[in-house]
Amino acid sequence: MRRIYLDHSATTPVDPEVAELMMKYYVESYGNPSSVHSFGREVKKALEEARSQVATIIGANSNEIIFTSGGTEADNLAIQGAVRARADKGKHLITSVIEHHAVLDTFKYLAKNGFEVTYLPVDSEGLICVEELKRAIRPDTILISLMHANNEIGSIQPIEEIGKITKEKGIVFHVDGVQSLGKIPIDVQKMNIDLLSLSSHKIYGPKGVGALYIRKGVKIMPLVFGGAQERKMRSGTENVPGVIGFGKACELAAERMAEDNKELTRLRDKLIDGILSNIEDVRLNGPRGDKRLPNNVNVCIRYVEGESLLLSLDMLGIAASSGSACTSGSLDPSHVLLALGLTHEIAHGSLRFTLGRQNTEEEIDFVIQELPKIVNRLREMSPLYHKKLSS
Amino acid sequence: MYSEKVIDHFTNPRNVGEIEHPDGVGQVGNPKCGDIMRITLEIEDNTIKDIKFKTFGCGAAVATSSMVTELVKGKTLEEALTVSNAVVAEALGGLPETKMHCSNLAADAVHAAIKDYLSKKNKV
Ligand code: FES
Repeated sequence: MRRIYLDHSATTPVDPEVAELMMKYYVESYGNPSSVHSFGREVKKALEEARSQVATIIGANSNEIIFTSGGTEADNLAIQGAVRARADKGKHLITSVIEHHAVLDTFKYLAKNGFEVTYLPVDSEGLICVEELKRAIRPDTILISLMHANNEIGSIQPIEEIGKITKEKGIVFHVDGVQSLGKIPIDVQKMNIDLLSLSSHKIYGPKGVGALYIRKGVKIMPLVFGGAQERKMRSGTENVPGVIGFGKACELAAERMAEDNKELTRLRDKLIDGILSNIEDVRLNGPRGDKRLPNNVNVCIRYVEGESLLLSLDMLGIAASSGSACTSGSLDPSHVLLALGLTHEIAHGSLRFTLGRQNTEEEIDFVIQELPKIVNRLREMSPLYHKKLSS
Repeated sequence: MYSEKVIDHFTNPRNVGEIEHPDGVGQVGNPKCGDIMRITLEIEDNTIKDIKFKTFGCGAAVATSSMVTELVKGKTLEEALTVSNAVVAEALGGLPETKMHCSNLAADAVHAAIKDYLSKKNKV
């Protein structure tokens, strides 16, 4: 059976060029980059090359990049590390209600440990209001943490505008760039970002690798002790093949971004229009146009439930995801969809497609053709739809 | 994560629909995830002659609805009342841990429909 992968915000395949390069660092150049001998030195050189590739794509310097085990660790290191280094300067922190759980749960932990957290709301499209952010700032605010682009609904926050404010106020600005990296430009200078979390496996690199950009001069405390790797900010022997793969993936992403972006945007809009015009009672979640990630489609289909949509799609070989309560281990609907003001019942029918480099127009056409049939079948089964028809 | 039987009942659900002028109706919501199941019954001689379901819920919810209708169709009301969520889950070859609550819905909806029938009957 043919399979169509439309879940690229969960993870991406590793680019063959990346995988090939990584292979070399498993079997041939296996030295420890901290060793003095030639085995170590050659790996150290490759590691530093990767560091510079990651730095380049975000406009940073190599010595501002710390490799981590992924985006989640980078978020934890940034937030906990920055707060610990500044606990004597204040106890107020600002974030938003639609952050990834790696960020939200870290703030929850800090809130239990003496810090005060302001959670900025979002509007119905998933965008925060800059004026509201300004009003939330207090003299004792020590950190503002916001995601660049949302993983569920693709909304892109006005990071550059916010960066001007945090710079002026001298507040450390952390940005979760996991979903935006490689899809839209990030420039830590222009955007005045102090800390930036990145992940490899969302940009055709390997899983288990990420990075934290730490602006020169910004102090943070490490979470992991035990060695002097990564300028003592993250001890432990680096995941060398992973890091090198990540570096290569950044280089490729930078080369392809403009072109990928154009094609993905075209397919994205085709899919959105196809769904909205072929199925009744559907709403698009998140903004349209350039405030939306080029690869994200997220809709709520009324009277049906997300997991049964996913199962039905899966039977046709189509991979997607949902924010329905039934698909989450906690049985709560997506906090992002609720933050948009949607009811539980509407969030129940959420469906997300996230496109990638390898998707074709024909695949998108297939989804547009099959989804209405699936929805019809499930609606026939739905007591809510029945009620709608009889009222 | 789902057994073949669950997938089968999800793909080809039995007894989907709504009986016109039903003798008993049971509609329950799942407090855990917000799903809804509706059962309509046709009852003759204390026996479930026909049963139909409509479900707004996950794959397990659809499959357990479908399975419960098969299990109780043709049964007397007393027999039908003994069909519990555990019986439904077992008939489907088991459900994943996180999906056990979905099977409550199916059994509850049938029981609610029977009770609805009985209370109407007693009023007459
Ligand atoms: S009915 Fe909601 S998880 Fe199964």
